[in-house]
Parts: sequence; C-alpha cells; structure tokens
Amino acid sequence: MKNFSILEPPMIPPSLTMACVEVSATAASEVAFEVERLSMFYGDKRAIDDVSLTIPSRKITAIIGPSGCGKSSLLRALNRIHELVPNTRVEGKVLFGGEDIYAPTIDPVAIRRRIGMVFQKSNPFPTMSIAENVLVGLKLNGVRDRAFLRERLEQSLRMAALWDEVKEDLHKPGVSLSGGQQQRLCIARAIAVEPEVLLMDEPASALDPIATAKIEELIHELSAGYTIVIVTHNMQQAGRCSDYTAFLYLGRLIEFDSTTKIFSNPSQKRTEDYITGRFG
Amino acid sequence: MKATRQDKRFWRKTKSAIASGLSFVCALLVIAPLALVLFYLIRSGASAINWSFFTELPKPVGVAGGGMANAIVGSFELLCLAALVGIPIGVLGGVYLAEYGTVRGNYALRFVADVLNGVPSIIWGVVVYGLVVLRFKSFSAYAGGLALGFIMIPLIMRTSEEVLLLVPAGYREASLALGVSRWKTTVHIVMKTALKGIVSAVLLALARVAGETAPLLFTAFGNRFWNHNLSEPIAALPLQIFAYAISPYDDWHRQAWAGALVLVTMIFVVNLIVRFLTRERIT
Repeated sequence: MKNFSILEPPMIPPSLTMACVEVSATAASEVAFEVERLSMFYGDKRAIDDVSLTIPSRKITAIIGPSGCGKSSLLRALNRIHELVPNTRVEGKVLFGGEDIYAPTIDPVAIRRRIGMVFQKSNPFPTMSIAENVLVGLKLNGVRDRAFLRERLEQSLRMAALWDEVKEDLHKPGVSLSGGQQQRLCIARAIAVEPEVLLMDEPASALDPIATAKIEELIHELSAGYTIVIVTHNMQQAGRCSDYTAFLYLGRLIEFDSTTKIFSNPSQKRTEDYITGRFG
Repeated sequence: MKATRQDKRFWRKTKSAIASGLSFVCALLVIAPLALVLFYLIRSGASAINWSFFTELPKPVGVAGGGMANAIVGSFELLCLAALVGIPIGVLGGVYLAEYGTVRGNYALRFVADVLNGVPSIIWGVVVYGLVVLRFKSFSAYAGGLALGFIMIPLIMRTSEEVLLLVPAGYREASLALGVSRWKTTVHIVMKTALKGIVSAVLLALARVAGETAPLLFTAFGNRFWNHNLSEPIAALPLQIFAYAISPYDDWHRQAWAGALVLVTMIFVVNLIVRFLTRERIT
C-alpha cells in the first residue's frame, strides 16, 4: 500500500490511447468541464434550468441541494448516461476538454470511457467474481494482455483501498462483500478503465458512518489523480471532502464557489438558509 | 352494548371461516384434475411401459409387443428443429422489446405477440401446411418443426422480455459508464444476468410445444417407421398417441396410455428443471 504512489497521474493503457487522444491536453489544463446554459428535460418536465458552471480539473466538486433539485440530473448530463432513460433531452453545451460532448460527431461510448461513474446503490455485477468485476470494463473494451490485466487488478483495488481485504478472495462473487466493500469495488471497477473524471452520485448515502468515512477518505486520495464531481444530500459531507461546491435549487444553480466560501460566507440568502438547515 | 360487539365479532369470524373454507375448496378443485389425470395415466400406462416400448417400432395389429421408439426420436428431432426457429427469433425479439424498442413500437409488438400466443395451435398447422407442405408437395419434419417453432416465438419473446426487464437498470448504467458499448452491455451484462430466466423461458416453451398434436397433423403427418430424412413425414409422440387412442384395438390403447405417460413425465421433468433454475435466480 505504502509503496504505491497515488500521486502518479493515471497511466493510459496502450489499447485505450486511441480513445483518449486529448488526455494530456485536458490533464494539463485547469478546467475539466465547462457547462454552458444547460437545461435538461424529462418529457415536458424541466429538471435543470439554464445552468452554467466551470468544474476545475483534479479537484473535488460537490453538488448539493434538496431532493429533486436536479443535482443527479446535472451529474448524469456530464457523461450522457441520462440518455438511457427515454424522452430525455438537453439544451446547451457541456464542454469536456474544450469539446462539446453533445456535438453530433461525438460518440457517447467514447465519452463515457473517459468519464467514469459511481452510483448511489453499489452495483457489482452479480454474475462476476471480484476480479472479473474490476476488469470487466477493460475486457469488454478488448484488452486481452494477461499481465497487464493482473497489474491493473491489483492497482485498481489498491487505489480503492480494498486490496488488503480481498486479495485472498479475488475469485469470490462481488456481491458476497459487505455494502461498503461493494461500493469500493465499484470504485475500483470505475478506475480500472483509467478515466479522467469520476462522477459520484451519492456514493455513501446507503452506507454506515464507518464505511462512509472510508469512502470519503478514498475520494480525497483519488482527487490527486482524478477530477471528481460528487452529488450529495449530506452537507457535512460536502463540507468535509470537497474543494468547490455548487448549490442547486429547483433546477437552477443558485451559487457556485469554493467550499470554504459557500459554508462560511455564502453570497446568496437561499444558500445560507439551506446550509444552516432552515429549509431542504 | 357489549353483547352486540361480541355478536359482531362472532359474525366476522364466521364470515372469515366461510371465505377461507371456500378458497380451500377452490384450490382443491384446481389440483384435483391434475392428480386424477396423473393417477389414471399411471394406472393405465405403467403396465405397457417396458424396454421394448422405447426401443422397438410399432408392430402390426394383432402382433403383441412393439413400441414407439420412432415416435420418441421423432419428437426430439421436431423439437430440435422448432428450437432452431423459435429460440433465436424469440430471444432476440425479447431483447429488442426489453432493451431497444420505442414505447409505441413495443406496445404494438407486445399486442401482436399476445394475440399470437392466443392463436389456436391448429391454425399454425394450417399456415405451415400452406407455406411449406403445399409448396414442396410433401409432409415433412421441416414443416412440423417450423409449425412448432412458430408457436414458440411469441412465447419465448414475452417471457424473455420479462426476465430481461427484471435486471436492474443499475447494471446497465454501470456497464455503460465504463465505456462499454450498448450491444456488449446487452450481451455480456444484461443477458448474462438474466441467463437462467432465458433458459427457463426456452424450456417452458419447448415443454409447451412437445405435447402439441394439432399443428403436426398437417405438417409432420406421422410415420409408422424410422425416418431419418427430414424432408419426409416423421413420427411424433403426440401423433402416435392420437392414432393409437382412436384405434379400435385394446393393445394399441394400452400403448397410447404408455405414450401419454412418457410425454407427461418428460414435460414434468422439464418443469422441475425450470423450478430449480428460477428458485436459484430468486435467492
């Protein structure tokens, strides 16, 4: 654990370099996402209303707000995973590394390869062992090199702080792990494909406080190598582990600033009311 | 006041007892025919089942012994042909409904599949008679397999759609978020997760068509001898049972009972396998 430096930039497997030509350019710049006047609709219902914000690279950005404010929708718009739900539609732009991911020439599969995601409910594939779960992304993208896969398996599990707990049980089903371990397995699975960004949709909301603390510590460590955007309804969590915080209310972005500023001296009355617990 | 309350309580209890008694009787009425059929089948058929029943061809009338070997093998051949038609189209149709179709298109497709599931099986026999038998001027195993396959398609399609929809959306999202393409997600994640359910759907459809007689009358036609040429008429267990059951000979009647017992046992075993598979899927 100690001899592995988490500060190393994520290396790119040779087989995936074709898919991520712009990696170096993005990693070098300060900005990961530029969201420009984004609106999202589920049928006629507007979930996000004209949101613009700039998400910095290699930092942790938290999105907070009361239930139904559109924070998950905003997160899902960042890697186009919302397109799985029929009748969704977006307006506006999301620039990732300077490129609009909603441009007609963009393949959403290639985008998602660079922008990983961890979900609220841990979802290791029930038909697969721990090792298969971690490597499934690489294998289904055509990586066959056994030595490389073995190396990525250990590396990903170490980065997800799970290696020491499962190294003897790699062939056991992923769903045999405890809830917190399953969520870290999902994080290992997401980072095994070497994305540049990790989107996290309330990754600790289904976990007990000890497992939550582990996930938060992990998020903090991962932020050295990844841009992390985390949705949380837990304000303490946002305060503890993020660098920047966006406050959403009724689909609109009320305020976006450094987490210290938002939690100590917010410029908007509604932000203050929300973080002090007066509503929401 | 207190007495009335007790009266009410007594009346309530009585109503409850009557209702549960009635439902128990109804449950018995459901099970009783099955039990009676099985009992009668075993009593009448078991005596005619012996080794030669499974290994010998039918004997001429008046000659003792003989069996239904050709019909048993013929039924298996027909089921294999039906599986070739029914499984790929049925399963892929289910995948389309569960994973790809649009809301309105799916509505229409489901409606058509449900109507097809309700079409009497003899209609399928007539359809294939017109499509294949008349064109090639011969009854054949191909025609029989095709008719059974047509019956299987909507059955498998609807059942596999249902088991695919049971796979939580979270698995699809997790796979897509790894940069895995849609079709690889469908094959390697969704279908793999639902595999036992799909196998169950296929087995149930096979069990259903294994006992079909009407569609085979116009297509496979039946055959009293061995036939290994699939473009010729072929024997099938239900057809043989039918032919023997309407004959005037006691000897053949006994053989028909034995054939029915074999058929029911096969279907029973398939259902047991499905039970076993689905039980594992749920826990």
